[in-house]
Amino acid sequence: MANKTIKIEILRYRPEQEDKPSPQLFEVPYSPDLTILEALQYIKDHLDSTISFRWSCRMAICGSCGLMVDGVPKLGCKTFLRDYFPNKIKLEALANFPIERDLVVVMDDFINKLEEIKPYIIPEDNTKCLSDGPHQQTPEKLAKYKQYSMCINCGLCYAACPQYALDTKFTGPAALALLARYNRDSRDAGSKQRMKIVNQEEGVWGCTFVGYCSVVCPKGVDPAAAIQLLKVESSKDYLIGMFKPD
Amino acid sequence: MNNNNEKKYIRSHEPVFWGLFGAGGTLTAFMTPVMILITGILVPIGLFGEGKFNYQQIHQFATSWYGAAIILILVALPLWHTFHRIFHGLHDLGVKQGRDWQQVICYGSAFAVTIFVLTLLLQMIAA
Ligand code: SF4
Ligand code: FES
Repeated sequence: MANKTIKIEILRYRPEQEDKPSPQLFEVPYSPDLTILEALQYIKDHLDSTISFRWSCRMAICGSCGLMVDGVPKLGCKTFLRDYFPNKIKLEALANFPIERDLVVVMDDFINKLEEIKPYIIPEDNTKCLSDGPHQQTPEKLAKYKQYSMCINCGLCYAACPQYALDTKFTGPAALALLARYNRDSRDAGSKQRMKIVNQEEGVWGCTFVGYCSVVCPKGVDPAAAIQLLKVESSKDYLIGMFKPD
Repeated sequence: MNNNNEKKYIRSHEPVFWGLFGAGGTLTAFMTPVMILITGILVPIGLFGEGKFNYQQIHQFATSWYGAAIILILVALPLWHTFHRIFHGLHDLGVKQGRDWQQVICYGSAFAVTIFVLTLLLQMIAA
């Protein structure tokens, strides 16, 4: 096991010194329990301190370390060198997002979309008073949306989505899954407002059910399923809208 | 309708085409292979039907109301499915020009053939 190493090629982009991204090769000590994120930290500490990448929790919960590993969207902290060794690993910034610097991308469009779908519980008008006690939920009511509430906003699904790649107007997987999470919550009364977003061409109808978003999602959210369920809701809404235009 | 200074949302008509696409897809997946197997292979080589699939029999079926309805559905829905897929496939391939015309040609073709088959069947029933 003595002194094994693994080659890591990183697509670098330093806007102040180059017009377009170019690859740089590093060689780091290999051990089967090292993650891609730890390899990047090794590079930053020992080989090249100028390399830029995002991370925080190191345990697949903050969603900041997304990147392309050999062309596949992955979390750096949840991906192990052992699954690639002895081959060279190619790292690039998340696809479909503008590169800010090296492996850091501009997330603004994604964040705006998450905000646009009103990701909070919209209570009914005759809101319960605090003194009336909590809104109780049965396990069944919880099960209706729990899976869609597990998203960590890593953006891997947007990097995977060919429709988002073609047209960034598409609301996209994570935002639509989050929308489903609130629409399916028994305490929420905001479905009507959110269905307007769903019903658009850029809403669920921008999706052609490729399903790659659900494959790459590190939290098992299955955004593709959320979108297909919303398509059914949108179709019902369409029928109702034919007889009862608002 | 307009919540003041809120973004204007435009409803897509996709549910109509998606509904036809879905129904057609189910038929294409489950029925079309069976139909091809029976009418295209098993009957011609004489392994199935034993003379029951002759012209008279089929004509009788096609000129009954339920037979005509079944034939119309079996031809039309998979067609809507196919053209919907082609329309979206063109977008996936990055053919950006003339999306309106692509739409007219795709769904227009599905519509035209549907009407053609319908008229044909009605004529046969009337004859
Ligand atoms: S749905 Fe999954 S892949 Fe998409 S942002 Fe959320 S956790 Fe990441
Ligand atoms: S560092 Fe937080 S998800 Fe990877």
